[in-house]
Amino acid sequence: MSGLATQEMDLPPDPGAGVIGLNNVTKHFPGVIAVDNVSLTIHAGEVHVLLGENGAGKSTLVGMLAGLQEPDDGFLALAGNRARLASPVASLDAGISTVFQHSMLVPTLTVFENLILGAPWYKRPNRATIEQRMGALQRDFALSLPLDAITGELSLGQQQQIEIARALLRDSRVVILDEATSMLTPQGAEELGARMRKLVQSGLAVIFITHKLSEAYRFGDRISVLKQGRLAGQLGPERLATLSEDQAIDEIVQLMFGRDSGGGDAERRQTSCTDEVLLDVVGLETEGGADVMGLHAISLQVRAGEILGIAGIDGNGQKQLAEALAGQRPVARGRVQLQNNTVTSANVAERRRMGLRYLTDDRLGEGSIGAFPISDNTVLKDVGEPPFWLRGIERPAQIAQHARDLIQHFQVRTPNETTPIGRLSGGNIQKILLGRELLGNARVVVFNKPTYGLDLQNIEASRQRIGEIAAAGKGVILISTDLDELMALADRIIVMEGGRIRGTLDNDGGGEALRLRIGRLMAGEELEQKATA
Amino acid sequence: MEALLTEAFLSSLLTGAIVAAIPMLLAGLGEQMSEKAGVLNIGIEGMMLMGAYLGFFVAFQFDSIWLGFLGGIVGGMLVAVLMAVLCVRLGLNQIVIGIGLTLGVEGLTALLHHFQFSRTYPRLPAPVRADLPLLSDIPVIGPSIFSRHPIVYIALLSVVVLAYLYRRTNLGMTLRAAGESPAALDVAGGNVEGVRVFSVLFTGAMAGLGGAYLANVGAGLFIPFMTGGAGFIGIVLAMLARGRPLWVLIGALIFGAALSLTTALQVAGSNIPTDVIQMLPFAAVMLVLMVFGRKARLPAALGISYERGAR
Amino acid sequence: MSMADDIETSETASVQVAVMRRRPALRVAMLTLGPILAAFVLSAVILMLVGVDPLKYYSYILQRGLFSGLGLEQTATRMAPLLFLCASLIIAFRAGIWNLGTDGQFLLGAVIAAATAPLLVGVLPGWLVLLVGFVLAALVGALWSILPALLRAYHGVNEIITTLMMSFLGVLFASVLVKLVFLDPATTVPQTRTLPVADRLPRLFDTSISSGLIWGLIAVIAVHLMMTRTAFGLRLRMVGANPHAAAHAGLSVPLLTMAVFALSAGFAGLAGASEILGVAGNVRADWNPAYGLMVIPLVFLARFHGIAAIILVFFYSAMLIGSESAARRLGVPQDFTLVLVASLLICLGLGEYIDHRMRQKEQ
Repeated sequence: MSGLATQEMDLPPDPGAGVIGLNNVTKHFPGVIAVDNVSLTIHAGEVHVLLGENGAGKSTLVGMLAGLQEPDDGFLALAGNRARLASPVASLDAGISTVFQHSMLVPTLTVFENLILGAPWYKRPNRATIEQRMGALQRDFALSLPLDAITGELSLGQQQQIEIARALLRDSRVVILDEATSMLTPQGAEELGARMRKLVQSGLAVIFITHKLSEAYRFGDRISVLKQGRLAGQLGPERLATLSEDQAIDEIVQLMFGRDSGGGDAERRQTSCTDEVLLDVVGLETEGGADVMGLHAISLQVRAGEILGIAGIDGNGQKQLAEALAGQRPVARGRVQLQNNTVTSANVAERRRMGLRYLTDDRLGEGSIGAFPISDNTVLKDVGEPPFWLRGIERPAQIAQHARDLIQHFQVRTPNETTPIGRLSGGNIQKILLGRELLGNARVVVFNKPTYGLDLQNIEASRQRIGEIAAAGKGVILISTDLDELMALADRIIVMEGGRIRGTLDNDGGGEALRLRIGRLMAGEELEQKATA
Repeated sequence: MEALLTEAFLSSLLTGAIVAAIPMLLAGLGEQMSEKAGVLNIGIEGMMLMGAYLGFFVAFQFDSIWLGFLGGIVGGMLVAVLMAVLCVRLGLNQIVIGIGLTLGVEGLTALLHHFQFSRTYPRLPAPVRADLPLLSDIPVIGPSIFSRHPIVYIALLSVVVLAYLYRRTNLGMTLRAAGESPAALDVAGGNVEGVRVFSVLFTGAMAGLGGAYLANVGAGLFIPFMTGGAGFIGIVLAMLARGRPLWVLIGALIFGAALSLTTALQVAGSNIPTDVIQMLPFAAVMLVLMVFGRKARLPAALGISYERGAR
Repeated sequence: MSMADDIETSETASVQVAVMRRRPALRVAMLTLGPILAAFVLSAVILMLVGVDPLKYYSYILQRGLFSGLGLEQTATRMAPLLFLCASLIIAFRAGIWNLGTDGQFLLGAVIAAATAPLLVGVLPGWLVLLVGFVLAALVGALWSILPALLRAYHGVNEIITTLMMSFLGVLFASVLVKLVFLDPATTVPQTRTLPVADRLPRLFDTSISSGLIWGLIAVIAVHLMMTRTAFGLRLRMVGANPHAAAHAGLSVPLLTMAVFALSAGFAGLAGASEILGVAGNVRADWNPAYGLMVIPLVFLARFHGIAAIILVFFYSAMLIGSESAARRLGVPQDFTLVLVASLLICLGLGEYIDHRMRQKEQ
């Protein structure tokens, strides 16, 4: 900090230089240009939104500002002076604090310990000072935290507050919030917006990274749009002040996708729902634990040709439901019936043979084995089955041919089928996993966050495919945290909270009203008097 | 059976328990710090053995048991430096390197021993004892506990000092952060590599001291392979102690007692083979692991090297 | 397995081998021979420090282990138990299990074989005596791993510690068994009854080479084919490479983990039996060749590949035979081979690290 202070004394800050300047920065990763010749200026007293799709280069920019990566070309400037941020320490010393998309707190430490993490080891923590300052933060920014609670036991929203409090305790001048609303309820996001407003009013600069257009407009003073690593355009405060939300969003969409917003919100699918019930779940319950949400009294039906959407904030039992349906998680009570067969006690392979398929959201963590070639990954759920194995002996030619067919049919971009699947992009891995789940006679397919982390092209292709699967008379369960996606695809939407179904809504194309009702259910409000039929 | 309850028997049992516990205590305290910081230090057996060799060598050459302890610390740290460079700095597999270092030190010290001491088998003079006034006059426990070599008191004191540092300073929290979530420590401005290197070196120093104790106080001479798994027991103690130095001490005393039964029973004239009794500590470890294994929660990033920005 | 990156699992090894095939031959040679050469140089320095001429020592070892008829026969015989241990470790490591307890499993297998086979001579036909000995050894070895296996499979207890502890226990227990239970009443030294030379594994042709060598070779090749070509092997590799993915694909990770332990420890038991039924004929009290941990570097250097492991075991056996002879003739203790093995491991790690870095730079 002292070094920076002297710099400021030597050179009166140039008001146009801002707190941080990025000057023609470029960053390469193997095979991709993550950031391509981007110049930006961050000003004090402004919420600067960095908007872009996945893979647009937002995270890499955050990494550079946080000292995790250094640009290959171009340079950073602090208060107009060229500077290097070679490590997180350098970034922190420059007054930059980053709240990462995935919590960067130590879950087993207390809140207090996380607040002072990074202090010299031999020092004794000064509890009184921290308590005093936290009192001030509660007054000024409504940040109220239980100092002695174990961090991992707090909600994601509270954890985010810890990181913001930590930034303020360090007297940061710039706070970066990376995809900060992705884990929050709509209401929680609003609170965060208000808090950002207070932060900039107190003279800080806030960099807010998001891929949600409406948030960008509502919370931002300045919006920079990134596209494929390049700065596609910027809307300054003056410009934004003259635009209505719709106008601004139109303009942003123009910058992001080079076309009108009409196509951005996918139009509602033509329903293909029939009366035949394919999957019938009654009173399903699973055991919970310290880290796992248990399920309570889950009852639902999926009909042929229907897409049943499941909404909810991440971590409210959706994954457990998907696993229980797939046979991957033991069921404590209840019944699962697939067409005319009760499959409650059937294992993964048996359910799979009967046509119940599950496409996981954790593509690399459990969906595939990164070091294995694509060919093995396409048959991972059919190990030992003919025609790929004969009496337990592998038939490599058969497997390779199958993999090549799948690659061709789903347009997977890869050198060949022997490439380790871990080297592919998320979208291409997703195609392979989808191909694997659709092999044979699929009847009901459970999709868990199928478009999460994909680029726009792949998102659209995936959504289209899900629609086609339903149109072909299969049943689809679509778990998603993206309400737009659910409202575009689903026939009915179930909202989960705390491992329970909070309500079931028909997707009547009700627009904002429907969105609001889903939002309330997501926050745990019961649907008034309406039974979960 | 009444022979088992004589004063001589009890005294030698208690003495033996403490004598046998000290090396495991030192190793366990050292390993505890590494494990907190996320380094599974399988090389500790080698560090101990190197400490035993160099500790004895220095004590013998300079005729000073204290210089010998210093030599032991240096010996343990020499191996620890290799471990730190290979596993923390270069990020190589901690288990493979740990085994490699242990095997290497076993071979090296056996080789050196062969060329230096195998003909003469020199012994050190019996170590001095520090009688704590008054306390050492208590029957049975007096001579067992309060009339030992000063290094015993230093080892016991280090339990208190470490417990204080872990609890009252930022040390404990910094170590745990490095072991649980190194990326979080890194972005908070901590030095993950520094913390881990420090903890590995500390482990080396403690293990080396424990080895030197084995050679200089316990046996009075160096024998190849003399640590006989004490370092590995240190690892178990650290795993089961869940971060608390006091629990390492308790565990070490229990294992020490089991080990010292061998000598105590010999004193009492029993004819049970020593192998049976030597099995006791290992059997106890397995028993403890069966009962508490589920609860022996290990740091999330234990055994995993950290690379900034790795995705 | 890449030692340069812990997150990568055993499966990376086969990928790396595949990648290596596409790399220049020089690079491959450097990656394999470089560390070996460096290890010998490093060990030579240590030899010089204790006043032994390393060239003389190495050439003596080569002479005794490789270039003399008797030495070569001894080397081939010595390979048998090491090959069975390689089979044991290839299964475990490819399936992501750190079985560090092979020494205990080996010795108990040896003891049970030595305890039963001599008693059965004359009762059963010769081949059946040997078969019973091998089967019992495999069972006892597997049995000795059941605690670590259960703890790992159902309670998630790290198997590194449990297998090490069981190994210490097993070594001591084997000694107790020899001294108290299976003692040969006819001798004064504590040892088991001796299997007559005529009833041991037959020798190959006119040499002194035990046919245990053939069984060891079959074991390694069978394990290699099982792990790379069968559905069962793929399931084990899936558990090793990504247990979450294995569970997602419907495999029972705990059951497969148990199977890995049983197979790996069973082969370690077979290793013990092959030494007794093929060469030694009995177990003396406190006998412990401690081959288990020493084979680990070889299996790593072979990158879990069966054929490569066989080649390395051949050279390593020659070194063991040579160094045993050198211990008598040149006065260099046999423990020096441990130094060589350790240098090999460390140089191998450094080699992989350098390769890893070079590849990163190329990209």
